Amino acid sequence: MIGLPQVYLLAGLAFAAFGLLSARDASNPKRWGNAAFWGLLALSMLAGDRLGDFANGLLVLALVAIAGLGGLGRGAAHGSAEERAAGAVRHGNRLFLLALVIPLVALIGTFTFKALPQLVDPKNATLVSLALGALLALGLGMVWLGARPAEPLQEGRRLMDSVGWAAILPQMLASLGAVFALAGVGQVVGDLMSAVIPDGSRLAAVIAYGLGMALFTMVMGNAFAAFPVMTAAIGLPLLIGQHHGDPAVVAAIGMLAGFCGTLMTPMAANFNVVPAALLELRDRNAVVKAQVPTALPLLAVNIALIWFLAFR
Amino acid sequence: MNYWVLSGIAVMIGGFVLRLNALVVVVAAALVTGLAAGMDLTAIVSAFGKAFNDTRYVSVVWIVLPVIGLLERHGLQERARALIEGLKGATLPRLLTGYLLLRQITAALGLTSIAGHAQTVRPLLAPMAEAAAVPESGEEAERIKALAAATDNVGLFFGEDIFIAIGSILLMKGFLEQNGIVLEPLQLSVWAIPTAIAAFAIHAARIWLFGRGRRA
Repeated sequence: MIGLPQVYLLAGLAFAAFGLLSARDASNPKRWGNAAFWGLLALSMLAGDRLGDFANGLLVLALVAIAGLGGLGRGAAHGSAEERAAGAVRHGNRLFLLALVIPLVALIGTFTFKALPQLVDPKNATLVSLALGALLALGLGMVWLGARPAEPLQEGRRLMDSVGWAAILPQMLASLGAVFALAGVGQVVGDLMSAVIPDGSRLAAVIAYGLGMALFTMVMGNAFAAFPVMTAAIGLPLLIGQHHGDPAVVAAIGMLAGFCGTLMTPMAANFNVVPAALLELRDRNAVVKAQVPTALPLLAVNIALIWFLAFR
Repeated sequence: MNYWVLSGIAVMIGGFVLRLNALVVVVAAALVTGLAAGMDLTAIVSAFGKAFNDTRYVSVVWIVLPVIGLLERHGLQERARALIEGLKGATLPRLLTGYLLLRQITAALGLTSIAGHAQTVRPLLAPMAEAAAVPESGEEAERIKALAAATDNVGLFFGEDIFIAIGSILLMKGFLEQNGIVLEPLQLSVWAIPTAIAAFAIHAARIWLFGRGRRA
């Protein structure tokens, strides 16, 4: 049966390739830092289950040490602007078609593999389909675009460099959520909240969850960081546990309420402060100010959507 | 009730305010929270290591990078630019609304990095918006450029969660699974659609009002 182990194997091989290419990348002044970072991530994907919990923890600390000490750099891009412009003219909309292969295969595979539980682990049908889609698009792209064999991995390495250590931030925040859960952070925040939320009021709980997601995101600068705390505090015990809300609706729209918070905070620097600098605006908060009138009504809509859709 | 376990949240806030490396802040928050809960250092490192290993699928999304990189090398971004330039000659509201729709649709298909502040807003959208609007003052030009950047953010945020393999969807899946609720990414991502429609309606209305306010 094809499942997560095969997907992790593929991801491990990809990270290993990024690491090896980084090690050989003379254009990157910090190439050994990049090689070590992607190499450790490859090790985690390939052998994480055999390392044991403590060794995995040490692996995380090593990753963080490399990133925290500024050990990651960026290599140069290959290929010229003229080449890309010529490619855009020559290949036209075929480029979009190839890009669409991944989401299409992921979508079709998710439904098809559900019917074939003996072939693909139904719990992870989407991730398996995503991996298949990536492989299929890669194969088609190599043939259609007449690419050299090393091109995709080299370009993947370039994009990976530009993402940098932020690549593992979502996984790290998910792990932090697990430690918070062990320590009972959600319960404490939930207790504080339940002092504010009138007992048994579904409406108050929905509003507290939506507002809490947005406010917490504004403070943390990131909805990913707010989600585990607010969902453990209000989403799981009250909306899902006490009021039997649909967990998919509560989680998905709760996250989007958090995104409304992202629009309203200078803490989300890469979205709100970086563009102000890029566009040479005198007011550093001009982008935030342009977004608040969209974010506030949309936050209200999200809260209403949870109210109407989660308790059908 | 042990309120000290909240100290990890204070660490998160402090770390982000001081602009420290986010990974370092996350680990520091985990350590402080674990110690406050009475765990020893080995137990905290093990707990974090186990959680990291259990949530590896969150980082599986990066396997699409070689394909995206290959397409970019052969002109994907340039082709996307040509598509936006096809909108040229339109009024400011039409230009920004068209961009918003395009950004939402492409993000919903997982193509989050074909556009962005560096890739499309600065080189294309902002100058085209200014050209379409002909601002009467420097102040107005600033507002138009800021609105262009805001339009990119709104399109990205409220399009990307419809795609099943985006980080936030996998984070939700991972979190819920650790709490005993097993969901497929698709079950989560379909619920991003109503908000995506509302985001388009609200932001497009604002763009239209902005355009009308200028003409009056």
